[in-house]
Amino acid sequence: MDRPSSTTRTVPPGLTFPETTPLVVPTDAPAPGRARPALPLRREGPEKLTGEAKYADDLVFPGAWFGATIRSTEPRARLLEIQLDDAFDWKRVVVVTADDIPGDNIVSLIDTDQPVLVPVGGEIRHQAEPCALIAAPDRATLREAKRHVKLRTERLPAVFDPIEADREFAHYTVESGDAAAAMKEAALVIEGTYRVGHQEQLYIENQAMIAVPRDDGGVTVHGSLQCPYYVHKAMKRALNMGDELAVVVQAETGGGFGGKEEYPSVIALHASLLAMTCRRPVRMIYDRHEDISATTKRHPAVVRYRSGVSDTGELIAQEIEVIMDGGAYCTLTPVVLSRGVLHAGGPYRCPNVRITGRAMATNTPPNGAFRGFGAPQTEFAAEMQINRLAEALDASPLDLRRRWVYRQGDTTPTGQVLRESVAGIEVLEAAAEASAFDRAHAQTHSMREGRTDGARTATGIGLALAWHGAGFTGSGEVKLASVASLELTEDGRIRILTASTEMGQGTKTIFPQLVADTLGVEYDEVEIAPQDTSIVPDSGPTVASRTAMVVGGLLIRAAERMRARVEEATGRSFADAYRGAGPMRIDEQFVPYPGEPFDDKTYRGDAYPAFGWAACVVKLDVDLDTGEVAVRDCVAADDMGRVIHPVLAEGQIEGGTLQAIGYATIEEMKLVDGRYLNDRMATYLIPTSLDAPRIRSIIVEAPFSGAPHGAKGIGELPMDVGAPAVVAAIHDATGTWIHYLPATPERILAALTGGPMPPPPGISLEAPEPNSPPIEDLPPGGDEMPFRAPTDPGEPR
Amino acid sequence: MTFRFTVNGEPVEVKANGSRRLLDVLREDLALTGTKEGCGEGECGACSVLIDGDVVDACLVPVSQAQGTTVRTVEALAIDGRLNELQQAFLETGGAQCGICTPGMLMAGEAFLAGGAEPTDENIREAIAGNLCRCTGYTKIIEAIALAAQRRTDA
Ligand code: FES
Ligand code: FES
Repeated sequence: MDRPSSTTRTVPPGLTFPETTPLVVPTDAPAPGRARPALPLRREGPEKLTGEAKYADDLVFPGAWFGATIRSTEPRARLLEIQLDDAFDWKRVVVVTADDIPGDNIVSLIDTDQPVLVPVGGEIRHQAEPCALIAAPDRATLREAKRHVKLRTERLPAVFDPIEADREFAHYTVESGDAAAAMKEAALVIEGTYRVGHQEQLYIENQAMIAVPRDDGGVTVHGSLQCPYYVHKAMKRALNMGDELAVVVQAETGGGFGGKEEYPSVIALHASLLAMTCRRPVRMIYDRHEDISATTKRHPAVVRYRSGVSDTGELIAQEIEVIMDGGAYCTLTPVVLSRGVLHAGGPYRCPNVRITGRAMATNTPPNGAFRGFGAPQTEFAAEMQINRLAEALDASPLDLRRRWVYRQGDTTPTGQVLRESVAGIEVLEAAAEASAFDRAHAQTHSMREGRTDGARTATGIGLALAWHGAGFTGSGEVKLASVASLELTEDGRIRILTASTEMGQGTKTIFPQLVADTLGVEYDEVEIAPQDTSIVPDSGPTVASRTAMVVGGLLIRAAERMRARVEEATGRSFADAYRGAGPMRIDEQFVPYPGEPFDDKTYRGDAYPAFGWAACVVKLDVDLDTGEVAVRDCVAADDMGRVIHPVLAEGQIEGGTLQAIGYATIEEMKLVDGRYLNDRMATYLIPTSLDAPRIRSIIVEAPFSGAPHGAKGIGELPMDVGAPAVVAAIHDATGTWIHYLPATPERILAALTGGPMPPPPGISLEAPEPNSPPIEDLPPGGDEMPFRAPTDPGEPR
Repeated sequence: MTFRFTVNGEPVEVKANGSRRLLDVLREDLALTGTKEGCGEGECGACSVLIDGDVVDACLVPVSQAQGTTVRTVEALAIDGRLNELQQAFLETGGAQCGICTPGMLMAGEAFLAGGAEPTDENIREAIAGNLCRCTGYTKIIEAIALAAQRRTDA
């Protein structure tokens, strides 16, 4: 932890580590992203590349009005009155309040706690909470109307720290063996407390929804969204509509990453309520400021972690406590916590484990889905522990993982036997080899030893490993009972019918590819129906990296049945016969994967049908004067089962890895009085092309036999592993462990110099006193780092 | 006020308040919705267009400043319904995922290719530094621009 201060340079002659040395990639590896003409090209690519693709804000509905949301400006308060100023002519616009909701005032999701609009007399629970809606024929009138609405409130005390909160959304315990007893036996015990903050999805297309009222009394919404049937369910309940009246159509969607999993339901309800009131289409297109202020973020978390190693060098005990901040409403928090808890041990064999988790309510905007869904938070802590154990044991972080990583036949803390598709060691070796990890690690080590006081930069290399359960957690897929359909139309067209959405990850490409391969026809012969709830069945949400594995699997089975039926009936090959063989429709419903059913009460059984595995090696420079980190190189090796489309899969690895690097280094939401302070793109920074390293992706394939095509999914996996690799590399460079994400320059500098540590991430500062300087001008942090485990050997000595 | 300029080779005449954003003029008055809005404050580059060959953020340009200029947007790139080399390279390498940054990236890429600088990793990164992409990690975008540069040289 001390700033390296040796004065003699001890780098052996000949051992150099020039700044620009790229990590070595094996020569037989395909050049990443090399054009592979044999693969089908992105189905909707040409439209996206010519500007023809229609995202929500590109859709034109003549006569549409513009909608806006009146939001709270306090973290907790009683709403006493919605005041409409007489100075404005309210006949020019429509105003909607909770009283105008025809159904339940509930945004339907896991729980029923979140209102569509806070009713008068009700409780405001977070900043930027929707309280009323306005629609106007043009933007200027809308702006003017907004200025004439006031919320009269009575402020109530707010809670910002999940550790102090008393309202709980969920809690879980995973237990195997006797962790407490084993910990007493351990020869080495390392403990630490890790904190991670909010992360904004920052899809480049803001949230957007347009509601169009229909003559039959129903409403069709067109929007940027991941889960048409989530929106559909929410509309049915709050708008009191039957299945047919509520129609949800996905527009081209400019990124989601989980951020468009649950929040679009809120906007769809708001736009629909306005559209039903003014009887015309209503556009609700968020600007960036509103989007960041109001929509969901990755859950902040506190993870307290203790690991015990036996005198023979085995990992024998883990005691882990996870506390997540759910924000003001439940949203998807219980499931996020569940995934976080189930991944908290990391991909390592350990006979005695106790993991407890609880998710608490605070008066901050609700947190929700974001790529990784609880796992990046807890796996950051898990990998920090492993890297610190390696340091304490004077072992190579690579060797330690080789020794402890799950192998086939091992049992997880829920009692799940890893029967197949266990590729932790393969991804580890692939990443280690491609990055020449051992050699590079030895070099950075001697550079650190030999560094002089005058050194301006320090180079480090870091490694991390992760697992990610494929598909929904526990009994989720069984409960969903998704359906995917394949249609042979009368006029001889093959059409895929699913609710799985395209948001850049490649759904619209891999589905036709899988179906065409199964049917023995060309890729271009298979069409895909629009994601419109009046046309496609409920194939479940497009989340949890489940689309390729679960829905892709259903489509293959449907295609197999269709092919057999046509070939039996005609005696000819499907490709020859199908054009005259319709109409025909095959509906394929999910049947459980083999394995032990998961018990939601005891947390025993197969938590996931299979796991994906990921390793990441990061090389970076730390500027010792400013604390800034420049990630120079990155190797990411991911096992997603059988790969369907290597270019798209690499795209997932590269994109996910950079989001993880942003999470590790610069992406931090700051809050004051429960409000996001840096709620613009100018202040919430994500990596640019100059910040991004070259990311070398390595695809490892350990097929999963439960899916007909062996695929496990890739979307979230890379997100779990980048951040701990970055922090390990910062330690390798500087000798300092940063326990909080992001490892910002301020935190690194404070750790290096022993100066005041900025406040922990994810916790709102209290409202400044009147007359105090604006919060942006305050110096960072107090000098105290709360929640630090007292015996934490990684902390300043 | 009436403003006259050229958009994608066609002369246009726009009646608008001079402070109206070029982005809105393109998207709403001229129905060219290929140019996107990600932030409205010059941070993301989703609204990048070329004015007289230079990359600008159309969300920061008042239409008055477009007077007499030549504006190019993503809609100008494909010729007779065929993708140009840069678009084709994006398609092949996987440079477009969700596609919302793509029109802006393409315009920044076009300007880079027209500038004739050596298509090194560094130079390309510099050229697209004003364009944020949240999906790709930039790797395949850079490869696409390099591939297009190579094909233009080879041709
Ligand atoms: S919309 Fe113009 S830079 Fe973001
Ligand atoms: S492709 Fe989605 S933001 Fe770039």
